[in-house]
Amino acid sequence: MEFFDRFAIPHPSPMIYASMVAIGLVLIAIVIGLTYFKKWGYLWREWLTTVDHKRIGMMYIISALLMLFRGGADAVMMRLQTAVPDNTFLDAQHYNEVFTTHGVVMIIFMAMAFIIGMMNFVVPLQIGARDVAFPRLNAISFWLYFAGAMLFNISFVIGGSPDAGWTNYFPLAGTEFSETVGVNYYMWALQISGIGTLMTGINFIVTILKMRAPGMTLMKMPMFTWSALITNVIIVFAFPVLTIALLMGTLDRQFGTHFFASTNGGMDMLWANLFWVWGHPEVYILILPAFGIYSEVIATFSQRNLYGYKSMVGSMVLISFMSFLVWVHHFFTMGHGPLVNGIFSITTMAIAVPTGIKIFNWLLTMWKGKIRFTVPMLYSIGFIPLFTIGGVTGVMLAMASADYQYHNTMFLVAHFHNVIIPGVVFAMLAGLTYWWPKMFGFMLNERIGKWGFWFLSIGFCLAFFPMYITGLDGQARRMYTYSEETGFGPLNMLSFFGAGLMAIAFILIVYNVYYSFRHSPRNVGQDPWNARSLEWATPNPVPHYNFAVTPVVNSSEAFWDSKKNGHQLFKNKTEKIHMPNNSGLPIILAGLFFVFGFSFVFGIWPGVIIAALGIFGCMAYRTFEKDNGHYIPVEEIEETEKKLGGAK
Amino acid sequence: MKLKLAFITFAILLMTILTGCEPLLVLDPKGPQAETTANVIWLSILIMAIIVIVVITLLIIMLYKYRASKQSEDYEPPHIKGNPIVETIIVAIPVLIVIFLSIVSVKSTYEVETVPEGYEDNEPLIIYAASSNWKWHFSYPEQDIETLNYVFIPTHRPVEFRLYSYGPITSFWIPQLAGQKYAMADMVTKINLVAETPGDYVGRNANFSGEGFAENTFNTTALSNEEFNKWVEEIHSTADPLTEEQFDKLLEPGHLGQMTFTGTHLEFAPAPEGEHAGHHHGDSDEGHSDHEDSEEESHSDHEDHSSH
Amino acid sequence: MKLNNTEPLEYSTNQNQMNILGFWIFLGAEIMLFGTLFASFFTLENGVGSGPSGAEVFEITPVILETVILLTSSFTIGLAIHAMRINNKKATLAFLGITLLLGLSFLGVEVYEFIHYYHVGVTLQTSAFSAILLTTLGTHGAHVTFGLFWGLFIFLQIKKRGFTPETTNKSFIFSLYWHFLDVVWIFIFSFIYLKGMM
Repeated sequence: MEFFDRFAIPHPSPMIYASMVAIGLVLIAIVIGLTYFKKWGYLWREWLTTVDHKRIGMMYIISALLMLFRGGADAVMMRLQTAVPDNTFLDAQHYNEVFTTHGVVMIIFMAMAFIIGMMNFVVPLQIGARDVAFPRLNAISFWLYFAGAMLFNISFVIGGSPDAGWTNYFPLAGTEFSETVGVNYYMWALQISGIGTLMTGINFIVTILKMRAPGMTLMKMPMFTWSALITNVIIVFAFPVLTIALLMGTLDRQFGTHFFASTNGGMDMLWANLFWVWGHPEVYILILPAFGIYSEVIATFSQRNLYGYKSMVGSMVLISFMSFLVWVHHFFTMGHGPLVNGIFSITTMAIAVPTGIKIFNWLLTMWKGKIRFTVPMLYSIGFIPLFTIGGVTGVMLAMASADYQYHNTMFLVAHFHNVIIPGVVFAMLAGLTYWWPKMFGFMLNERIGKWGFWFLSIGFCLAFFPMYITGLDGQARRMYTYSEETGFGPLNMLSFFGAGLMAIAFILIVYNVYYSFRHSPRNVGQDPWNARSLEWATPNPVPHYNFAVTPVVNSSEAFWDSKKNGHQLFKNKTEKIHMPNNSGLPIILAGLFFVFGFSFVFGIWPGVIIAALGIFGCMAYRTFEKDNGHYIPVEEIEETEKKLGGAK
Repeated sequence: MKLKLAFITFAILLMTILTGCEPLLVLDPKGPQAETTANVIWLSILIMAIIVIVVITLLIIMLYKYRASKQSEDYEPPHIKGNPIVETIIVAIPVLIVIFLSIVSVKSTYEVETVPEGYEDNEPLIIYAASSNWKWHFSYPEQDIETLNYVFIPTHRPVEFRLYSYGPITSFWIPQLAGQKYAMADMVTKINLVAETPGDYVGRNANFSGEGFAENTFNTTALSNEEFNKWVEEIHSTADPLTEEQFDKLLEPGHLGQMTFTGTHLEFAPAPEGEHAGHHHGDSDEGHSDHEDSEEESHSDHEDHSSH
Repeated sequence: MKLNNTEPLEYSTNQNQMNILGFWIFLGAEIMLFGTLFASFFTLENGVGSGPSGAEVFEITPVILETVILLTSSFTIGLAIHAMRINNKKATLAFLGITLLLGLSFLGVEVYEFIHYYHVGVTLQTSAFSAILLTTLGTHGAHVTFGLFWGLFIFLQIKKRGFTPETTNKSFIFSLYWHFLDVVWIFIFSFIYLKGMM
């Protein structure tokens, strides 16, 4: 019995018990459902063991949506708690756990998964490849991410959630002030999914550098692919910093070291530095693919080529470089003096220049265009003013002296939501709607989609703009409550109302999936949006080998050229196609990582050792394994193509 | 167009609130430091508002002029690669704005980090402000008194707060007098400020520090020099001395009301500065002597020397 | 599988070329990993608390020994790859075997060094300095340990399957890894030991 005591929740509440029951029931329902419909074999063969970049991409996106609802529920709880002064819906400890979970889930398990999912689905199609460079590694990346996400998500029912904020500053996150296993979960969930992300980074750099279709030079890549390339370069250089920071944090918490302690020579601000050396590039890891999606969508629905292609690429390269030089702006108030603050203030503001160039380029892409107000375009149009507001408030925050007043207030909260929601979330919804027919072969309903957009945009404005004001009025972030005389009440109520509208928007978006699945016509054809880049040269939905014949490309808008300028994309005749085999190894490996992480969180060392041996066993098995993939014969390709009415 | 409507609504809302009866704390400064930041904030809001308006106007023009429903069926938009002049302009404008704001930023940062102009010759009042979960301890070494969760300061005299923490990182903030600064366990940071108007000002810890964070506030009262001196005298005649035992009890996590003592905890628990610092920022001389100190101690003694 | 006969066997297929490029990028990430450890080391170097400093506990003999052993192993793995290029299986296996034995003896000396640290009171818990020292050395040591198993598996595969595009590709990548560990060690030697002893 003593053994199980450690799994108890340190701060129980009826809500957590209810969630426990709900999780249990859902799991049972899934198991019964799969067994009843005899879908276990299908699930295993077609999804769990797949190495197909499109399916992995979809699994990323589905997981991201699940995490969006998890993090969104947390967000609504937070806004509900602060909607009126002296509210008692949540107590301080639960509020702390909720905002910590909200931050981690939204950044690491929602936004990251969403962009990686998009890259997975779109990048190989845009460069005319049949898969990524290392398909099995790709599956491992996904399953490691998934293991990390699940590990993090069970924390609130087994052992307790982390409660030191998503930034997890030491010494608050040390064992002295955060006694439960919550922060251990944080360390291992991020560590495991971080390893997966790092491998994705390597995988996509090689894919983009080595697997482009003939004729596609670097400067003829579609903009989303460019953004993916640069993002992955940032991933490769930023994530190892997090790996080490998390390792040191784990050692501090579980092995009694003094890296971030204030005793025995440790330095608490070292964590903050390492965290933000990773954390600031992380912001650009999220936003650059979003920029890529907007570039595709705005060009398509303005029916024009992207304005200033070279300056778009140049500004992204500049952003990626500068993203490593601004991390100190996250703690101007640490007291390193005006010189250091001045330097980082300037570098931070300088990063606004390439971002500004991009905004103007998008505006100039619409110039002389023929603008169609589809759902993806609406999100892009909404993005421009809202993101500009987020960007300029970022410049305001970059001014060190003024930051002494904004820091740690709701002004900051408003700012970063103002860049992440219109920046990343809008882009993901735009991209999802845009590439939806490519994924599933039918369109999402435009009418419901537009309602979703308006609810989301207006909800967003109502939820976050008041925070700028309460921030300037002295409302610090992360306060679980405030007194009536502060006067924060009415604006926080408005925020709660806005959050409610956003919740309705997300429900509408999900309902749209259901509605369109039931009612949308299935014969959307190859080119429902009158699109421009190479991925649209494949049938909808895309066959698992992508291109029956490797395309030959002459510009960044190869598909447009083939439609309008008579460029011949497919010159060669059909040959047999080499494809990688499915493998159960990735999911087994990730399962072992989950056991490893879970055991480590609770210090169950036999579990750690057994899981570690299992992980090495998998690697050893892999190195001896002979697996050269398989070939798809020409007849099968031709038959599939005829059925889909694809490539001419 | 609904978007535009939303923005107008928002702008009106913003105006009413910003110009409303209750000014926002940060924009209602009562001392030169907060005034400098408030001016920087207003200036940046103004410039940023212009940028936002320009972008929104351009966007509306593009959407209005080039929407598909307005154009003929067979209109085929041209292929435009880019124009060096246009691209130079869209680089130059942000660069100029950033250069201007950089100068403002650096200059004002130096200003708020030093003793405000006009007060350089006054001897600053030194107050140590230490945070513990979830309280603020104010020690006046000069006056030899200590207060808990409230601080009295004289007006028109520079005050130097020396900040450190008995626990998590906290952030010392009196919005109407000056911006924030972190208080950390292993070093002392400083805030210079001057109050020019007598009055009560809210102060708080702005950096999340655990369960009791929301109530981690203190009250700041600025009063004239004579009144301040009278207050000090009064405390010396009424309050009890602070003992080490009592101080250790005060450090225990929790909330306490306002308290007053004579004597300061600095006598038995010095602040982490000078030889008591937990670590040294780039000060190799001190680092060296520190390391020689530790040589004298036995290696098995793993106790932290900064907590003695 | 398209074979390109103008390239060495380890570069002969597209997949092989991608593997090698991917591994170079991985090494880029590894540089960031060790770079972070070094940066943290320099930050915490003086944070000895009440524990001893580097100058007091570093012993020159095992460090020199480790350096010589690891540099030699870097040389022998180079010879192994050379032998592989001229298609000499026996020599390849011999040099690979010597590399692994040298790696094993490096680890032996490192274990001895760690025991020494333990006896003079430098453990993970002593101070921030001791923790970052042992973490940096330990991360490098763990890489060497991992490399030993990896190398052993490649040894067995070459022995059994001879030189194929796969085995040569793996050997070549392994040699990159091994050289990298050597480079990291040179940094550890110069900036942790030598600097610490001065």
